Amino acid sequence: MDCVVTGGNVKVLAKAIHSLSRIGDELYVEPQEDGLALRSVNSSRSAYACFLFAPLFFSRYTIPSGPAFRCKMAIKSVQAVFRSLATLEKTVEKCHIELDEQKNRLTFTLHCKHGLMKTHNLSFQDSESLQAVFDKDSYANVFRSHPRLLVDTVVHFSPSLEEVTVSVSDDQMWVKNHVEDEADRSKAMLTELCLASDEFDNFSVQVHNSVTFCLKELRGLLVFAESTGLPISMYFDEPGRPVVLSVTDSVLEGNFVLATLSDDTDQRKNNTKRARTTPPPAPDDFMNDDMDSYLIAMDTSIMPGPSASRPPSPPLVNSTCLNHTAAANHRTRLHSEEEDEEEETVDSCGPPNKKFCSLFFGSVLPPSSQMTTQPLTGQEVLASDSEDDVQ
Amino acid sequence: MKFRGKIMDVACLNHFTRVITTISKLTKMCVLRLTPDNLFFVLSGKVANGGVSMWCELSQENFFDEFQMEGVSPEDNEICLEVTPENLSRALKTVQNAKAVKLKLTKKHCPCLTIAAELPTLSSVSRIVTHDVPVDVIPRRLWHEFKEPSMPDFDVSIYLPPLKTMKNVVDRMKNLSNFLVMEANLNGEMNLKIDTDLVSVTTHFKDLGNPPWGDEASQDRGPSQIRDPDAMAQTRVDIRKLQQFLMGQQVNPSKAMCNIVHERVVHLILLHEDVSLQYFIPAVA
Repeated sequence: MDCVVTGGNVKVLAKAIHSLSRIGDELYVEPQEDGLALRSVNSSRSAYACFLFAPLFFSRYTIPSGPAFRCKMAIKSVQAVFRSLATLEKTVEKCHIELDEQKNRLTFTLHCKHGLMKTHNLSFQDSESLQAVFDKDSYANVFRSHPRLLVDTVVHFSPSLEEVTVSVSDDQMWVKNHVEDEADRSKAMLTELCLASDEFDNFSVQVHNSVTFCLKELRGLLVFAESTGLPISMYFDEPGRPVVLSVTDSVLEGNFVLATLSDDTDQRKNNTKRARTTPPPAPDDFMNDDMDSYLIAMDTSIMPGPSASRPPSPPLVNSTCLNHTAAANHRTRLHSEEEDEEEETVDSCGPPNKKFCSLFFGSVLPPSSQMTTQPLTGQEVLASDSEDDVQ
Repeated sequence: MKFRGKIMDVACLNHFTRVITTISKLTKMCVLRLTPDNLFFVLSGKVANGGVSMWCELSQENFFDEFQMEGVSPEDNEICLEVTPENLSRALKTVQNAKAVKLKLTKKHCPCLTIAAELPTLSSVSRIVTHDVPVDVIPRRLWHEFKEPSMPDFDVSIYLPPLKTMKNVVDRMKNLSNFLVMEANLNGEMNLKIDTDLVSVTTHFKDLGNPPWGDEASQDRGPSQIRDPDAMAQTRVDIRKLQQFLMGQQVNPSKAMCNIVHERVVHLILLHEDVSLQYFIPAVA
């Protein structure tokens, strides 16, 4: 394989590698007829990302004619080639990627200004083909927006937050932080953001649903999308089925496939807490000035209680809270009856222990001798546990 | 118990955020007391806090365009909440460009202080973000712990040098010692000293000036009126506490003062038009 990237495209390539580094530790490189594929998957196989750079992206693109070459390498070492994005843009004129078959090295050569040339010879391992199977067209809910919208959305969440929950109705999308542990809920700050459909370029909802997925990988994609200014499309439907985030352009395509939470107990919890929000709040909620949102019957007399070292929450708070939860539960139930299909799934679900479904069982591979003879599709298995449950 | 406030002015929002960020640097948890006129952030000097206490007072009028509250009862028209200032700070920081920010006491899964902001968008509909910060409602029988600390009968009161300068000095000293002696006299002189087996370092400040405290302040201080202007009053404090105070500074005070009660406590006061922040660092042996 022998390809040359020039000008601004070097930065695009570098950004893509940086955002892939948010997914996993290894970069899978596969020169294909239709372009160079760079992929990564995380260790728990719950997140997968792929960039495909079309031959037109390169000023020269040739692939070996023999058996398909594919390899994997430590993503850190590739990142090191494109370490400083700022200087990269200013100094690098051309990047040449070449497979040195004699030395078994993948060579990255950066041609910089003033005739300076930096060569990185990176070792690699042969690898299986890494390919997640997903069909974006089969998703019920599709959104497209300028990356800025999502960047402005995730900025509201703490950098340490792991997962977000995205819910949609016909004309709104809510994004909120996902708090796993019920016990933590009384301590954690809950953040919720509501986006109106007209902030999106495309907002098509068939199923009112909510999915929970990792924020870290989304942030990774945003790094890429923001720098290239490419609109992001998002595809999802039921919980447990992976969410797909993608960017496309005439010469490149990036797809991030992220597992979503399908744990049924969690789902129920979500429902309970969502009982409050699922019926879309009145549009003028913010302006709505009622002060009755919080009312507590506070006992003002001296109560016998534990020593004053730490202020215990008054018992009355607890009891009102309980009532509140009960009411919420009730509402959930009503809500579920309307969507009894969903309720059935929840009830029939198996062990409620699994957090994220693994996206791929794709690494189960025949020995490499068979690799070339086996049809590629035979090795690409993709199924999510939850889909099995659902069917 | 009801509370709702609304900030619409960007400068007010920014200022309010800076005050809360300052507080979040000083303490993990504190008590927010709401009265019809004021907001107080209080940390009472418990052993768990290292004996440090804090009192920050804001006049609501200077920040809020609307401010409505109904306390526990008409006689005790106050609300007392335990909050994590860092959460408030983080929530406020992300909504700096908001058209309006509302703070309200809400009952969600638990009592919360909800920060709801209306963010500008290109579309016709505003974007709304809400942050629910869980709070603990403090029962009235514990309120007495969060009263304004009385001004100690100080031996010396002095204006502080620029806080940034002081911070630089204290930062260096912290590398050498865990404790610092703060001493000052009525002649406008202040010294910051560390003393270890290996090294002694003193930074001298002079011509700082001594604030004139009115009659009421000097009433109980019979001895100090005849105090020798050159006599130093000193207190040895945990250097980290002082550093924390200097580090978190975002208020840009118009006046910064320090009262020293000999061998007892250092009382730091920052005044800025509508905000006052008092911080007490106890002496260590």
